[in-house]
Amino acid sequence: MGSKTPLYDKHVEAGARIVDFGGWDMPLHYGSQKEEHFAVRERAGVFDVSHMTIVDLAGDRVREFLRKLVANDVAKLENYGKALYTCMLNEDGGVIDDLIIYFVGDTDYRLVVNAATREKDLAWIRKQAEAFGVTVTERAELAMIAVQGPKARELAAPCIDAAHRDAALALKPFSGLFAGDWFVARTGYTGEDGWEIVLPAAAAPATWDRLLAAGVAPCGLGARDTLRLEAAMNLYGSDMDETISPLEAGLAWTVAWEPADRDFIGRAPLEALRGRADKRRFVGLLLEDKGVLRNHMKVVVDGVGEGEITSGGFSPTIGRSIALARVPAGDYDRAQVEVRGKLLNARIVKTPFVRNGQVRIDV
Amino acid sequence: MSELPGDLLYTNDHEWLRRESDGSVTVGITEHAANALGDLVYVELPEVGQDVDAGGEMAVVESVKAASDVYAPVAGTVRAVNDELADDPEKINADPYGDGWIVCIDPSEFDEGELMTPDAYQELLDDLDD
Repeated sequence: MGSKTPLYDKHVEAGARIVDFGGWDMPLHYGSQKEEHFAVRERAGVFDVSHMTIVDLAGDRVREFLRKLVANDVAKLENYGKALYTCMLNEDGGVIDDLIIYFVGDTDYRLVVNAATREKDLAWIRKQAEAFGVTVTERAELAMIAVQGPKARELAAPCIDAAHRDAALALKPFSGLFAGDWFVARTGYTGEDGWEIVLPAAAAPATWDRLLAAGVAPCGLGARDTLRLEAAMNLYGSDMDETISPLEAGLAWTVAWEPADRDFIGRAPLEALRGRADKRRFVGLLLEDKGVLRNHMKVVVDGVGEGEITSGGFSPTIGRSIALARVPAGDYDRAQVEVRGKLLNARIVKTPFVRNGQVRIDV
Repeated sequence: MSELPGDLLYTNDHEWLRRESDGSVTVGITEHAANALGDLVYVELPEVGQDVDAGGEMAVVESVKAASDVYAPVAGTVRAVNDELADDPEKINADPYGDGWIVCIDPSEFDEGELMTPDAYQELLDDLDD
């Protein structure tokens, strides 16, 4: 028996197939993973993401602390509520975790980190925070739901306190606000519009019921994975980990090099890798032959070398198999993947594969 | 889950088989297996005329989630494969004991001792639920 979120009984009630996910009993699907996937692409779905770890930071030197702790630069966050996606690196430039940071006040930031990395993240953050006098508070008492899809905000808006509803609907992408004791942000992990809502655990079941009654489909971890893969959003532990630099995981865009004197943890090894010609590529693959690409399959680039699929699967929206892969440096646009002893043909494509309901690659 | 068809035999690996009047054996995966895999998206079929060993890998079914081998319940030669699964693998989810059949084998020998009756397979499923 794993940990249970405040919505566990709701999942069982909705007929969920429950699986262990990083020590949590979570819904995999509620009948059909594909139908849940399309509900989000075409209309609206809701995910329980209460297993994710919310950490509040406070202190006079919190901004200075975060400019040291993570590879992206919180100095980019000019307005309250703005969000920043970033990696937290170790001294070797490997990724301890990827996270979202919300700027909630001059001396306050909110972090959302992965569930499976909770303990090491908290230990690392607390260790680094000491020198800055920053207090680190885990908010385990809060629940979190993600409402995603083209109709998500419209269908979820009635759940938001009326005094804050218009402001919530006016949120720009990648920003959030406090709506009473809720925190609503226009963020997500699906490639669709929507909100991620942090709310008191006691309010979560009634909100869940209300969303389902409004026609929002309950969606499990299975659909969450196919949606994020189509959107080419990285999954920690699959696409990157402590041995992988963000520069070899397609996350160079999250590294703020300027100002050059900002000494974030892991900067020196990243600088060293940055100019290297043998730096591995991180690419999207579309399988041209029939079959399904899976994590850890070997990628073969004729005359160049070998790589590995870090996230592979079937894309319900495209109807073909797609993958993210780490492959050798070089100028090429085709590769082969070893599937059960056979080499199948794949094409390197520019990601995302799908965004806002639209296929974005040539199929 | 609905009741198991009474005219079939079953394996530990959640395949079913039916002895046809002409001596051939039709094979598929059970509703339990199809549900556990979830929505199927791809089926890799053997060649017609290929020899298969009892318990040997014969086909692969892949869902959104995972790939799973389908084993030959009897030794023999592949007489026919369900080509319609290439374009519509979800037939296995929709009708696992009918339109979702996978392979038809001409058995070289038929050892019923390794196979389960519907009652025995139901017991296996009940144990899995506990």
